[in-house]
Amino acid sequence: MKKMQKFISLALAVVMTAGLLAGCGSTSAGTSAATTSGASASGSTFKIGGIGPLTGTAAVYGTAVKNAAQIAVDEVNAAGGINGSQVELKFEDDELDAEKSVNAYNTLKDWGMQMLVGSVTSACSIAVSEKTKADSMFQITPSGSAADCVKYDNVFRVCFSDPNQGVASADYIADNKVATKVAVIYDSSDVYSSGIYQKFDAEAKTKNLSIVSAEAFTGDSKTDFSAQLQKAKDAGADLVFLPIYYTEASIILTQANSMGYAPKFFGCDGLDGILAMKNFDTKLAEGVMLLTPFAADATDELTQKFVAAYKKAYTDTPNQFAADAYDAIYAIKAAAEAGKVTPSMKTSEMCTAMEKAMTTITLTGLTGTITWTADGEPSKTPKAVEIKDGAYVSMK
Amino acid sequence: MKSKIAAMSKTSRDNFKTYAMVLIVYVVVMIFQAAGLVSSQMSGLLVPLCVYATMAVSLNLVVGILGELSLGHAGFMCVGAFAGAFFSKITENSMGTFPRFFLAIVIGGLVAGIFGFLIGIPVLRLNGDYLAIVTLAFGEIIKNIMNVLYVGQDASGLHFSMTSATDLNMDGATGNLIINGPQGITGTPFDSTFTAGIIILMISLIVVLNLMNSRDGRAIMSIRDNHIAAESVGINITKYKMTAFTISAVIAGCAGSLYAHNLASLIATPARFGYNMSIMFLVFVVLGGIGSMRGSIIAATILTLLPEILRFMAGYRMLIYSIVLIVIMIVNWNPKSRAWLAEHNLSRFLFKKHHEKKEVK
Repeated sequence: MKKMQKFISLALAVVMTAGLLAGCGSTSAGTSAATTSGASASGSTFKIGGIGPLTGTAAVYGTAVKNAAQIAVDEVNAAGGINGSQVELKFEDDELDAEKSVNAYNTLKDWGMQMLVGSVTSACSIAVSEKTKADSMFQITPSGSAADCVKYDNVFRVCFSDPNQGVASADYIADNKVATKVAVIYDSSDVYSSGIYQKFDAEAKTKNLSIVSAEAFTGDSKTDFSAQLQKAKDAGADLVFLPIYYTEASIILTQANSMGYAPKFFGCDGLDGILAMKNFDTKLAEGVMLLTPFAADATDELTQKFVAAYKKAYTDTPNQFAADAYDAIYAIKAAAEAGKVTPSMKTSEMCTAMEKAMTTITLTGLTGTITWTADGEPSKTPKAVEIKDGAYVSMK
Repeated sequence: MKSKIAAMSKTSRDNFKTYAMVLIVYVVVMIFQAAGLVSSQMSGLLVPLCVYATMAVSLNLVVGILGELSLGHAGFMCVGAFAGAFFSKITENSMGTFPRFFLAIVIGGLVAGIFGFLIGIPVLRLNGDYLAIVTLAFGEIIKNIMNVLYVGQDASGLHFSMTSATDLNMDGATGNLIINGPQGITGTPFDSTFTAGIIILMISLIVVLNLMNSRDGRAIMSIRDNHIAAESVGINITKYKMTAFTISAVIAGCAGSLYAHNLASLIATPARFGYNMSIMFLVFVVLGGIGSMRGSIIAATILTLLPEILRFMAGYRMLIYSIVLIVIMIVNWNPKSRAWLAEHNLSRFLFKKHHEKKEVK
């Protein structure tokens, strides 16, 4: 009677060990290369890895990054590659989870990744940066905006940092006398949103902006904002600051309209994409101001070319995550060319060369003209735009 | 008398098999690792595997031995993770790695144990579905508290706030934000190793398996089987329920602390430490066999490895994972496969409890 049970447990144990072995077997080439010399397995192509959420609630951001990075890589390859070598891109899913992000990183390392574009989100990016630091691998995150994302020398980012956006927003509102009484509605369960709010709050105090109401919501309850709006209205706020993503912002705009509350609305780059939302009356977004590095309907040639390519390949309008990813690939290209990096270099040598080169390059990208400082922060000017007649119009 | 000894040695033999399984896997992995044959993907998964296996053991104590459904176990893990990581952050520069990590694990377990005890007082008055729902609620409460908790440290000591980081009023020069609300704890030192994970898993196994075979354990199981009968023979139901629940929370807290020292960013998101995760632990337990520690360890291992091994399938990964899960569940629960299992006397662990519950009702 116990025999069968024994057999089953043995079988399961075998399966488990087989799993371990399979994991080793399929990837042993990459591992041995990585452990012995750190040199690339192939030597002729650049292997760039990407990590981001392709499934789950944030899938839209990860997918945008994946798609745009692929477009950039295809363009680079068509134009002769980096220093004459072709580029390969492999993208792994992290389900918006730090642990899965590290798993994805390890998987990519087995594949022979030499440089990393990712992770897309802050927490994942922080977790992965500990690993890239230990392995000295060059990492550039398109959209990891928390301050700690670029704590290490080998990590750079394309987007603005959260503190940077919070400070810039407060400065803009105060310096241009857009409003004096400000209400904030933010997502306390979101790193991006609460990160901006913290700095906005601090900067507002120094600029004598009075924050009359600061109401939070969480990721679990983001469908009704009438309570937060009512408080803002009762406090007499003439501007509502929305450091949140456009899905929630669209609900806020709709509900404010239906309760007859018409303050000015001001947002950050997370609001980009609101005009492209389905089932949203874009008239409600009239007059909304936002700081964004990228607008899909900008008229410059680079943006138009990118948007056309993106629409053609994925029948979707790219958002700022996509633009950041596109710039990330071109930043790698520019830095690799400036640092004379070749695919046959060791990952750590490559990282050192890239680190140095990153501070010397100036990239004219989709999100502005960017230079990098040694601490990994991009320096580019945030563009303030106002929505007029369903389109972005640049403000002073 | 003879049969008693035989029965006893059978249980100990069975327990020994469980220990041996863990140790053999450990030795094999260590040998492979020394030979440089383990991919980075696999070596990155070793600590999480220990964490999830320990969580499965912890939940199995409540579900399989105590016979109550807890849907808030991720909450205890969350408490342990934050407590352990918090301790490591404040003592990062004042203690050596080993004593710090050891204490972090102990503190993670203790704090989770205290929470388990406090939550147990109201929760364990209930049973069945009601208890499940209340534990679910407590798990969510813990997660949400972690999301609004701000703790900073400066020269004058620790500062706490539930509103925002600026309300901590810390001294700017020496101020160090440790728990930053929804951004959680970043930069926890990497102390977790596979060896530490295996040690924690082994200790929890030894505790739980010995508890099962002890006087207290039999009392706990008698509550599971029929609490009226248990009460009538003078078993203190509250005490034993509480013991099992608290031990389970302690183990979950240790696993949480181990988890926290394996990642640089610790955040309580809905996916991580929410009820999804509690359900995942429950899946480990149900799949591995309610009441079977070895089974739940194997299930935790397989279900953690599966999505990672399936990475080559890219977009279809989660779909295949779900299908595999459904297939395994059907094989376990389908009448025909159940009959087959019963025929071979394998259904003992899986269906005993289910069957008895029906009788009680």
